Amino acid sequence: MTTPAIESRSQEPPAEREISYVDAGIEALREEMRRDPKVFYMGQGIGPRGGNFRQARGLWSEFGDHRLRDTPISEMGTTGLGVGAAMAGFRPIVDIVFLDMVMEAMGQIVEQAATVHYSSNGKIRVPLVIRAAMGAVRSAGPHHSRCFYPWFANVPGLKVATPATAADVKGLLKTAIRDDNPVIFLEHKALYNTKGPVPAGEYTIPFGQARVCREGADVTIAAVSLMVWKALQAAELLAPHVSAEVIDLRTVAPLDRETLLASVRKTGRLVLVEEGPATCSFVSEISALVSEEAFDYLDAPIHRVCALPVPHPFHPALEAEMLPSPAKIAAAVRQLLG
Amino acid sequence: MAVDKELALALYRIMTEIRQLELKLQEVYRSGVMPGFIHLYVGEEAVAAGVCAHLRRSDYVTSTHRGHGHAFAKGIPAREIFAEIWGKATGCCGGRGGSMHIYAPEYGFLGTNGIVAAGIPIGAGAALAASLEGGDRVAVSFFGDGAVNNCAFHEGINLAAAWNLPAVFVCENNMYATEMAFARATRNTDVSTRGPAYGIPGVQVDGNDVLAVYEVAGQAIARARSGGGPTLVECKTYRTVGHHEGDPGTAYRTREEVEAWKKRCPLRTLRDRMIASGLASEQEFQRIDEEAGALVRAAEEFARNSPEPSPETVLEHVFA
Repeated sequence: MTTPAIESRSQEPPAEREISYVDAGIEALREEMRRDPKVFYMGQGIGPRGGNFRQARGLWSEFGDHRLRDTPISEMGTTGLGVGAAMAGFRPIVDIVFLDMVMEAMGQIVEQAATVHYSSNGKIRVPLVIRAAMGAVRSAGPHHSRCFYPWFANVPGLKVATPATAADVKGLLKTAIRDDNPVIFLEHKALYNTKGPVPAGEYTIPFGQARVCREGADVTIAAVSLMVWKALQAAELLAPHVSAEVIDLRTVAPLDRETLLASVRKTGRLVLVEEGPATCSFVSEISALVSEEAFDYLDAPIHRVCALPVPHPFHPALEAEMLPSPAKIAAAVRQLLG
Repeated sequence: MAVDKELALALYRIMTEIRQLELKLQEVYRSGVMPGFIHLYVGEEAVAAGVCAHLRRSDYVTSTHRGHGHAFAKGIPAREIFAEIWGKATGCCGGRGGSMHIYAPEYGFLGTNGIVAAGIPIGAGAALAASLEGGDRVAVSFFGDGAVNNCAFHEGINLAAAWNLPAVFVCENNMYATEMAFARATRNTDVSTRGPAYGIPGVQVDGNDVLAVYEVAGQAIARARSGGGPTLVECKTYRTVGHHEGDPGTAYRTREEVEAWKKRCPLRTLRDRMIASGLASEQEFQRIDEEAGALVRAAEEFARNSPEPSPETVLEHVFA
């Protein structure tokens, strides 16, 4: 898949290479595992096979069976062991592979990992990363396509990172591994093979810092992950008559409220895109936030472009009909502008 | 087995401390001043006492909703437990946790737990940490018969066995999961027989005989400590109180059954045996009981006089 170019970030080191989104994650893992012996990585197929998405390629040969743990298909057990090891001072990364399977492990994430620090009065930290690949690709159907991130954002005690670019995968994954809290780190399957500029040197990206991917004056389009690219494509469709600002929120929790609100105050219009149903979604939360904090700046109602509320259908035409697209986003913007 | 008097009295002391702690908690709870829910360990004291006697402070324990006894036997001071269960700022979790969320990492105690079976994989995870660390720490997961038909039991024990982790899984089979009789919950009521299904030893022991528990647990913990991998220990026992404080505990079991198990009280059994064999006197036990009573009264007084947490701290510690 080809992706539109994005503006380079001026604060980063100039030396950059083009590498893929999946390789950026491997670099982050390698660097962090070399840096900190407490970091280890567990998941189904991440050993010699290198991961279902090649997301662990080359790591096993360097770190071996103990720190690169191939697991059986046992999401709740693996996650529970990750919680226990984190409570005992290690920094596990548990790879769920397809995010859909995280449902098997939700109790350990929501009721254990997310609550221990609070309930223990700050005595026990749970520096656990849950890594998973989300999103619809190639008619994978209802068990291999979903984007559950709003569910995690609803849980106090969890952080949720949803990178859209290779550079962000690396910088945010390194931050996730160093974070002393449980972090849900979600990559998009459709982005794994996309390439982008990645700084050559050591860097991390703080959570809660959105990025303005494209500046504009007439409307703000905000999204995360693959939907950022759909929004950028929509902005191209709308140009030159409509000047759309596109914001990649990068982390769902914590949320960069200020960047978002500043953009809305500037453009007066907001379109939100999410690869999931609208009901109780992440973008519904943003919509509520903006209506509370920037209502007087709005020139039009906030509009959400979301997946249709159906389980993922198999047939490609049905799946395409279900998902947000650049054309649907552009149509929503045109409707707002009258 | 020859009975070591010092050991027997030390185990008795832990059991009577737990028993008196639970009965004092019951008394305070019934007076209406204590928030939340409590699940008492009365009748099962021999398990926590016999197992934890082998543990070092640096070893790990995960527990259950019925976990006051485990917390105490692992070394958390009674007053910190009492204050926590009362929701006081001086509790080991500052009143943020309560009975089902008692944590004390400084004693290797990784939590009582409101979710049945959840502590099993967490304990296995602590054992994984111990294994990665390379020392000789072990992790013990306590759980009831109510946990063994949950996927966390299967997945936690399976991974611990597959990876030969220094874990010990202690099932306190008290025959009822709340009101669900174990014989109705599963066709094979001997939990220990599931050990070999995972390729690990499964041992059954009279959970009301503290010396028997001590012996079996000692072997399992020594095996884990020396790299021999996990053991599943099933302690057949009984709670002679209701499921939670407020449950009369008689709707699903007969009074005769409860009375029969009360006669097998682990404290009384040990005491009678020691006195009958001339190894210890009634006076020695009375003195231990009195000392335990003083400890528990002091804990209760400490908790009663402790401040409540300040409401404006509610947002603290969501994140590290």
